Amino acid sequence: MNSTSTHSDLMIHASKLTKQFTVKRERVNAVTDLDLEVRHGELVAFLGPNGAGKTTSLRMLTTLLPPTSGTAVVAGHNVLTDPAGVRRRIGYIGQGSSAGHNQRVRDEMLSQGAFYGMSRRDTETRADELLESLDLAPLAKRGVISLSGGQKRRLDIALGLLHSPELLFLDEPSTGLDPQSRANLWQHILTLRREQGTTIFVTTHYLEEADLFAERVMVMDAGRVIADDTASALKSTLAGDLMTLGFESDRDAVAASDIIARVTSAEASAPSPLTIAVTAIGGDRLLPRVLRELDAAGHPAVTATLRQPTLDDVFLALTGRSLREEGEVAAETETGTTHGDPKEEVRA
Amino acid sequence: MTTTTRPPAGAGIPTDPAAPTPVRDTWNVMVRELRPVVRDPFSLIFSLLQPLVFLGLFGPLLVSGSTAPVSETLAWFVPGILVMIALFGSGVTGSNLLFEMQTGSHERTLVAPITRSSLLIGRALKEMGPIIVQAAVIILATMPFGFQVNWAGALIGLVLLAIFGVGLGSLSYALALASRKKDWLFWAIQQATLFPLMILSGMLLPLENGPDWMKVAAAINPLSSIVAAERALFAGDIASDTVVWGFIAALILAALGLVVGIRAMQKAR
Repeated sequence: MNSTSTHSDLMIHASKLTKQFTVKRERVNAVTDLDLEVRHGELVAFLGPNGAGKTTSLRMLTTLLPPTSGTAVVAGHNVLTDPAGVRRRIGYIGQGSSAGHNQRVRDEMLSQGAFYGMSRRDTETRADELLESLDLAPLAKRGVISLSGGQKRRLDIALGLLHSPELLFLDEPSTGLDPQSRANLWQHILTLRREQGTTIFVTTHYLEEADLFAERVMVMDAGRVIADDTASALKSTLAGDLMTLGFESDRDAVAASDIIARVTSAEASAPSPLTIAVTAIGGDRLLPRVLRELDAAGHPAVTATLRQPTLDDVFLALTGRSLREEGEVAAETETGTTHGDPKEEVRA
Repeated sequence: MTTTTRPPAGAGIPTDPAAPTPVRDTWNVMVRELRPVVRDPFSLIFSLLQPLVFLGLFGPLLVSGSTAPVSETLAWFVPGILVMIALFGSGVTGSNLLFEMQTGSHERTLVAPITRSSLLIGRALKEMGPIIVQAAVIILATMPFGFQVNWAGALIGLVLLAIFGVGLGSLSYALALASRKKDWLFWAIQQATLFPLMILSGMLLPLENGPDWMKVAAAINPLSSIVAAERALFAGDIASDTVVWGFIAALILAALGLVVGIRAMQKAR
């Protein structure tokens, strides 16, 4: 390939990727200096609230949107100088519905295969195989318009996989799906990866998804990547465990507070008169020590719980804001970029 | 699940992927656009409702209000209706693209390795199919009532209609691309242009007795030349200046439409 040897194992290599929009004559930095390296076969989750710049980043990497500055090599081809080369090698499942509503399910698969230069026979074999494995075979002759939300989403997946891309981008793949369909969708994504070694890049604002499925999580906020690590590393380094201890009397609780603070080297709080809580990194190792010291001091705890952090806690630790509350706030910056951005573009 | 029949990642890609294939892409886009039509051909007949209403309700008025024989009135009226089919059929075709932009399937085609121009040309060429089928239906339906057809002229007439449809369809797609952020704009402009164009082309009522400003407007309306050419062709007056002007108008419209449409598509995201 025409990429240099040092980058030959990279599926995505973006440097200083930046996108600015003009909204009402004001410049908005949708994405700022995005540096990104994704190796072959990785499953990366791009996590962040609506408006963080996830979709804009994805649209730049998939050649849908030219960056204001910076560049990216995706699947061995430069998004700026060889977008066709990128397009040939990637699969993209956007936020919308990929299939035309006036089309029939299998017809859309055949058109898709033709678009990617596959022979009619290869397309038919592969289409039928995918429809079968995604439980869409009985719907092959149905009109797309008559499909349910979950069925449409599975068809999106089938269309995105038809040409067996080396790299698959999924933009919020499970938004709007019921929990069962979501689990089902992820099963298909994981199977694909296991069987074909496909590199998968997925954006999501569902913490559980990133937590469960991705080995690498990039957290994006306000157009910048603010963390990039495994989910467990992010949790253990950024957002400690929440330890909550209950006591029989006020006296015990007050005395325990100092001991707990000393052992954990963290600030203890009292959510209720008989309860002391503390957030500490490595809480699972600290809890037995805390209990022993409390016993020794004669202020034994009667209850003890330890809650491990979620990615929400990570986001809170990173930004001071909760990811869940963010949903609506920043939506304005990114809505519409899905099916064409509503803003004027700024070109450098 | 078996893995034996499953090709490895990237296996669907042809061996020489670097060369752009605009002709193949255009064909594939056109085939995709025609699939729903072929699957459901009666949709073509249903969309003939408007011209049939004009034929059924407007035609008798023209026939009874004129001293000329019925065949002469139909020879004047039916070619106009054929242009009307092309005008409204291709004029609204951009709404399909508008809808696909809103749902996301257009975005899917933008990420596919197809040349941008093919996305427009394939769609525009598809316009020819419905126009020819619908025009043929109208011709056959009016013949029992006394519409006389010169077949050589009629064939050339269909070609002229098809060229006109490609041009207007391209402009309609360009309008859809331009109004993707506000779809009301598409319908507003579409309604504001199609009806004046229709009336000022002398399609339904002759403009010879109209006020002077209308005659001026009709003279610069390219649709007038096409309507006049269709009338000449169906009457067998094939080798006439009227026909030449009709083709010139249609070809200019098609060239303009394709240029504007392709540019709009290349900027599309």
